[in-house]
Amino acid sequence: MAELTHVQSEAHSPNLRHHFDDMGQQFDSATFGMWVFLLTEIMFFGGMFGAYTVYRSMYPEAFAATSNFMNPAFGAANTAVLIVSSLTMALAVRAAHLGHQKTLQMMLIFTMIFGLAFLVIKGFEYHEHWVDLKVPLFPSHWAWDGPNAPPQFAHQAQILFIFYFFMTGFHALHMVVGLGIMTTIFIMARQGKFSHDYYTPVEVSGLYWHFVDIVWIFLFPLLYLIGHTRQLI
Amino acid sequence: MSTALQEPEVQETPNYLNAEYGWKSWLFTKDHKRIAVLYLISISVMFALGGVFAMLIRLELLTPQGDLVNSDTYNKFFTMHGVTMIFFFLIPSIPATLGNFFVPMMIGAKDLAFPRINLLSWYIYIAGALFALAAIVMGGVDTGWTFYTPFSTTYSNTFVITAAVGVFIAGFSSILTGLNFIVTIHKMRAPGMTWGRLPLFVWANYATSLIQVLGTPVVAITLALVALERAFHIGIFDPAIGGDPILFQHMFWFYSHPAVYIMILPGMGVISELITCFSRKGVFGYSFIAGSSLGIAIIGFLVWGHHMFVTGMSMYAGLYFSLLTMLVAVPSAIKVFNWTATMFRGSISYETPMLYAFGFIGLFTIGGLTGLFLGTLGLDVHLTDTYFVVAHFHYVMVGGMVVAYLGGLHFWWPKITGKMYPEGWGKFSALLVFAGFNLTFFPQFIAGYLGQPRRYHAYAPEFQVLNVMSTAGASVLGLGFIIPLIYFLWSLKYGKKAGNNPWGAKGLEWETTSPPPTYNFETTPIVTEEAYAYAKHEEAHVG
Repeated sequence: MAELTHVQSEAHSPNLRHHFDDMGQQFDSATFGMWVFLLTEIMFFGGMFGAYTVYRSMYPEAFAATSNFMNPAFGAANTAVLIVSSLTMALAVRAAHLGHQKTLQMMLIFTMIFGLAFLVIKGFEYHEHWVDLKVPLFPSHWAWDGPNAPPQFAHQAQILFIFYFFMTGFHALHMVVGLGIMTTIFIMARQGKFSHDYYTPVEVSGLYWHFVDIVWIFLFPLLYLIGHTRQLI
Repeated sequence: MSTALQEPEVQETPNYLNAEYGWKSWLFTKDHKRIAVLYLISISVMFALGGVFAMLIRLELLTPQGDLVNSDTYNKFFTMHGVTMIFFFLIPSIPATLGNFFVPMMIGAKDLAFPRINLLSWYIYIAGALFALAAIVMGGVDTGWTFYTPFSTTYSNTFVITAAVGVFIAGFSSILTGLNFIVTIHKMRAPGMTWGRLPLFVWANYATSLIQVLGTPVVAITLALVALERAFHIGIFDPAIGGDPILFQHMFWFYSHPAVYIMILPGMGVISELITCFSRKGVFGYSFIAGSSLGIAIIGFLVWGHHMFVTGMSMYAGLYFSLLTMLVAVPSAIKVFNWTATMFRGSISYETPMLYAFGFIGLFTIGGLTGLFLGTLGLDVHLTDTYFVVAHFHYVMVGGMVVAYLGGLHFWWPKITGKMYPEGWGKFSALLVFAGFNLTFFPQFIAGYLGQPRRYHAYAPEFQVLNVMSTAGASVLGLGFIIPLIYFLWSLKYGKKAGNNPWGAKGLEWETTSPPPTYNFETTPIVTEEAYAYAKHEEAHVG
């Protein structure tokens, strides 16, 4: 079936792993692998979005009323923070392509700062829910009363808040993982591991970072803005 | 082909087994072949464990009274049989062992694209299996392998969270294997190995990987919701506070129906290899078999509702799911017809792997056709939750998948270990498996059709004859599994030395030494022919 011949081994880069023929194949495999991984992530979050959609179509009024208990100011601030972090990440990848090591490191630091800022804001927000008794996971921190809380939605409001914590919680977990990755990439950059010939890890982590940002772009309107009818009522 | 490879070897050639020694060289290996062996050992342990539970079930059902164990214990038996067999044996079985070993070799690659992720997937599998074992040791789970809500989230007093976490974790090992295969098949093919020349086993694993990558995350998130609901007593699927238990079933079966194709597709891939090799013929309808694998993967995602005809789902949804279920039969039938057409006028020989392939075709056909009974709306109302369903599922999963797995294991054992298994014992146990299997599960079709419900530890006395047959068959089947275990282990030390290509088979994996060297090939092969060019090969030898 096959003839056995020698394949010329190219000028051997220290970054080339033994089982790849050349750097191009290695780069293509890594980025393609990350795209496939992001596909699984889409299905992972997709399961949550799917369940959310079912319940929202079952209880549209309850979800709208409950959404008024979210704080769009926090959500909007975090959206802005993440979009900027995506910009700095894109600039980091660009710097890696060009081999500008100083810019790369600076942009990675910016990205990490914005990522951290997101988590801090999220923490304040969770704290607000905790104080406002809007954490249905703990009966001692759940209450459904007041003029904006129609009593007939008492059970259904819990469902939205559970989805809120579940979805933003998994998203925040992805942010934490992202920060870990960024730290690793930053250390590698400091050690001079990258050049304009070899920047695969930067490229691949960039894809991941952008994906996590995009998930938030969907979470923000679906969780914070669907009600937003306080003025109208 | 180089003649150097065929010279009698005085000393053991360097291979992946003798490249390094010691437990560290195994537990930290990045060689896909060693990882496949690690998987082989682990899934065999889980298979044995699931088998013990199966035998306990069959022992209980020997008599109609339910006298061996009480109903609670029985519930735990069938749950743990299902969980270990499905999530820890069937899903990883062929992809993680034979696929891990041979997909890179068949496409002429040195390894999978991500060797470290491959090793990671094994450790994740072990972590998941430890959770499942912990659930069993602590006292078991009684929800059935399907974890239906609200029983699993609210009422069951067993270790649901532990088991669900185990399945959740194991899911990621399956995702990583699938991801690795997809990238490897796309990016690592040897020069000349075009998509149209890929062996059908590779196509089958590719289709399987797509399902693993797209489906598994959904069941992971679903089980996470179940664990969350149970841990915090919140109502996501609890109808008492507005949740929807049917939604759980939709999300569960969105994965778990395609998951049965994760289990059967690689088996079909093995059969394509066996049939061509032992018929000495090129495969009939290559592109149809390859395409039908993808067809099954795609349509398989659209039929999950046929598990839920009687749940109170919309009638129109039922009609839609019933229709699409009929469509899945088309690509499956294409495969069966093409295999039989391949054998037509072939020079068939009857080695052990081929006996398993024959068994597969017969048993899978019965399993597939009875699937159509169950996919028919009206008939399903009568048959649902009876032993008919149990029999159908086992005809596909044991009669199909396990038989294909055993066939593949016998076929590639000489390549994996460099040793031949004893052919006489191989044939004997293949026949034993076939006879024992039919004796176990065919009576269950009848019992189910007559109305014996599944998942009860006691039953009406008129079903006893059928159940005694079933238990007797299970004992024969068990023996049929134990004998290969013994002679495979025996062959490691005493087996006849296998040549590089004991079957005269086509395919890149047979062109390297047995066992293969660490990087599979001395030099990267260049492919110049279609897959299964048996006729040419024979002519060349005659000429």
